[in-house]
Amino acid sequence: MTTTSQRTLPGHVEANPRLGTWISVADGIVEVHVGKVELGQGILTALHQIAADALGLPPERVRIRTARTESGPDQGLTAGSMSVQETAPALRYVGAAVRQLAEVGDAGRSVVSRRSQSDLLNHQGDPSQSDLLNHQGDPSQSDLLNHQGDRSQSDLLNHQDDRLNQQGDLLNHAEITDYVDRIGGLNPETNLAGLDVVGHAGPTLVVGTDLPRVDIPDKVLGRPRFVSDLRPPGLMHGRVLRPPSAAASLRAVPEGWAAPGVELVRDGSFLGVVGEREDDVDRALAALAAAAVWDEHDTLPDEDDLAGWLRSAASDPTEVAVDVVPERTRTATYSKPYLVHASIAPSCAMARWAEDGAAVHVWSHSQGIHRLRLAIADALGLDLEAVSLEHAENAGCYGHNGADDAAFDAVLLARAVPGRPVLLRWSRADELGWAPLSPAMTSTVSARLVDGRIDGWSYDVWSQGHASRPGYAGHPGLLATAHVAGGTPLPPASDPPGPSFGSLRNAVPLYDVGPRAITGHVVTEAPLRASAMRSLGGFFNVFAIESFLDELAAEAGLDPVELRLAHLTDPRARAVVERVADESAWGSALPESVGRGMGFARYKNLGAYCAIVAEVEAGTELRVRRLVIAADLGLVINPDGARNQLSGGAVQATSWTTVERVRFDRRRVTSTDWETYSILRFPTAPRVDVHLLDSDQPPLGAGECAQGPTAAAIANAVHAALGVRVRDLPLTSEAIVRAIEESP
Amino acid sequence: MTAFTVNGVRVEVDRPDDTPLLTVLRDALGLVGSRFGCGQGLCGACMVLLDGKAVPSCDIPLWQVADADVVTVEGLAAEGPNPVQQSLIRHQAAQCGYCLSGIVVAATAFLDQEPEPSAEQVAQALERNLCRCGTHQRIVQAVLDARSGAPA
Repeated sequence: MTTTSQRTLPGHVEANPRLGTWISVADGIVEVHVGKVELGQGILTALHQIAADALGLPPERVRIRTARTESGPDQGLTAGSMSVQETAPALRYVGAAVRQLAEVGDAGRSVVSRRSQSDLLNHQGDPSQSDLLNHQGDPSQSDLLNHQGDRSQSDLLNHQDDRLNQQGDLLNHAEITDYVDRIGGLNPETNLAGLDVVGHAGPTLVVGTDLPRVDIPDKVLGRPRFVSDLRPPGLMHGRVLRPPSAAASLRAVPEGWAAPGVELVRDGSFLGVVGEREDDVDRALAALAAAAVWDEHDTLPDEDDLAGWLRSAASDPTEVAVDVVPERTRTATYSKPYLVHASIAPSCAMARWAEDGAAVHVWSHSQGIHRLRLAIADALGLDLEAVSLEHAENAGCYGHNGADDAAFDAVLLARAVPGRPVLLRWSRADELGWAPLSPAMTSTVSARLVDGRIDGWSYDVWSQGHASRPGYAGHPGLLATAHVAGGTPLPPASDPPGPSFGSLRNAVPLYDVGPRAITGHVVTEAPLRASAMRSLGGFFNVFAIESFLDELAAEAGLDPVELRLAHLTDPRARAVVERVADESAWGSALPESVGRGMGFARYKNLGAYCAIVAEVEAGTELRVRRLVIAADLGLVINPDGARNQLSGGAVQATSWTTVERVRFDRRRVTSTDWETYSILRFPTAPRVDVHLLDSDQPPLGAGECAQGPTAAAIANAVHAALGVRVRDLPLTSEAIVRAIEESP
Repeated sequence: MTAFTVNGVRVEVDRPDDTPLLTVLRDALGLVGSRFGCGQGLCGACMVLLDGKAVPSCDIPLWQVADADVVTVEGLAAEGPNPVQQSLIRHQAAQCGYCLSGIVVAATAFLDQEPEPSAEQVAQALERNLCRCGTHQRIVQAVLDARSGAPA
């Protein structure tokens, strides 16, 4: 990487060409501003590594500042496993420009070498979070607060001095300080797009190491870290009373309704309370829920026939392959239910209006604060300049959840108390019942098998759209905009276009299957709100395609690995399939009632290659006991972080595949707590082994490539264990029994 | 006024008797390390030690902790990160990390009772703690390595 010339202007630098948008210096530290945000995936650490190498600085002289609308680049959404792919070229270009402008030359020097896992806490004081996290609590309780924050971690920091492992012609401490000072003296108005940047990409010293995550100590030690931990002076708490069902409208709140310590906020069917004390606000919310009277209607489909509903509902077709396909010999249909993000934290946001009510500032865990800013301004008829946002972390984000909606809720509540910051938090029931869902899907796949070869393939998939983020379809797309007076219903979700697609993501098999006809049918009704959840349609399409491949392998009398390799030409695809077969001891004997199955995909057909073998034990309960993953992610920035993401993605997908299903009656979502919406727990989480293939190809995201292959591997393993093909998710014991009863 | 001990410090709190302990900790005492997840005692993110026992603090009313001894995740780090915390950091056993406060508390209490557990026992001990990011395996391994006498 050290000899790559930087001549092409990366897209994100072209869109954000001002040097000062990316780089500033404070207290001897180079601050690198990015538009990407921490969602629990460790991106701030990966970007820290890239930035350190790009600048030729040791990581402790670099600090990543996350997205805010007043400064820093607009990098769109943090989504689609694109953060490293989009940001690495930008940071390398900016770093080369800085080294050129600061006349440090092309040596790409650095004082730091590869760091070991033992350097655990060197990044304490990571300031990417709001300064407001430091202002907590009631000063009278300050004796309690002294247990936090700067309590010494010296026992974990003893390895610091071992770190300096001189390599090459490195800058010494004084030279680094001089270099940083020169960076600080650069003109922030410098137009990066107007420079002739020819410098090297920088050294590869920090990239490729397991640099510890900057955010983990705060999270393990219980320090303020999350948006819900913000404690600015004058803080107030807010709650929204959501309607009791999807299509409910408010008929009445009793005249003169009041509760101690709170102010009622009402705008059409939007109801909320704001108060100084959190317990007052919670009590008032419960009282308001008991007092409000709603008009309700049945608008939801039959939860036990979602496939039937999807196939009969109005839909728009998108054809991605239109070959004439000979008559097929085998057909199967698959389905998945609605799923929900089910983050451990409910959505949350803080907003503060100026005293004069002219402008509002918002702290949000949105994946796209710039789009959210536009949507808030649009919804309230404000000038864009009147709305500003900064990102603040919340629990894991797996797609378009309630973050943006909560931000707008906070804005609406805080408007009632100008000058006061209002911290708004959803309830668990709202999080599971009102956040956008991963839509139900169904597909029919058929193929012609000739002498063990697939020669003709058709695939039709039905789904609601997978994208309803703020601003889509010309609508702010924020939940409360449908509830306020004069509000308009949220339009049905649409689908992102190709080549990534939404419903059609990974609907085109990577295999050589001869003539193909592939069509997506995006349902234009939206009884339940749908949007993007990790891997979008890729999870389901890979489940269906890879299950069907095993059905074809059985028909052809071929081993599933053999069938896959016979139809794969891409060497990187073949390599992960072969590697996972090897690592999982594919074909070796297993105990009775244990089965092994494989799933493979290249995420979006553009991203990471991932093959997974699952081992399931089919006793009285289905138990996924082991997953073996082989993945080609291109150049890996942080191998430990990549393994964590892959493993986590696969375990979450194990939960989706085996236990999860949003439940509802004809009126409302009924799976609104952790008892009615189950997720995988510690005793049933599988063991996961991750194998990364060496690669110096451009980096590809790790967070979404494992989901589809996991589902398929589990379904294929169930078939191997029991001889029964389950085509409807989730793969519960009941679904297996049903499949046995229905099998011919 | 309700008086109890938090992290070794005697406090008096003027909130109604039915106020959840979690709200008292976060809103009245500024101890935000215990996280809100569900408010129903079903996810474990808000677990604290109540007289030595790991319990969710979101569904315990204030009156129930009168004169009791409460230790939060912050209190476990009062003398520096405790062995479970050190091990979680060493293993980088987090993705979003929102569940970890409760897991630190539950695992610390469990290891006090069962200093030499198996991986299965650790997983069973964390049955009440939800992790949505799929970090279960690393967390279990970190807790195992936090055992007394386990190699650092």
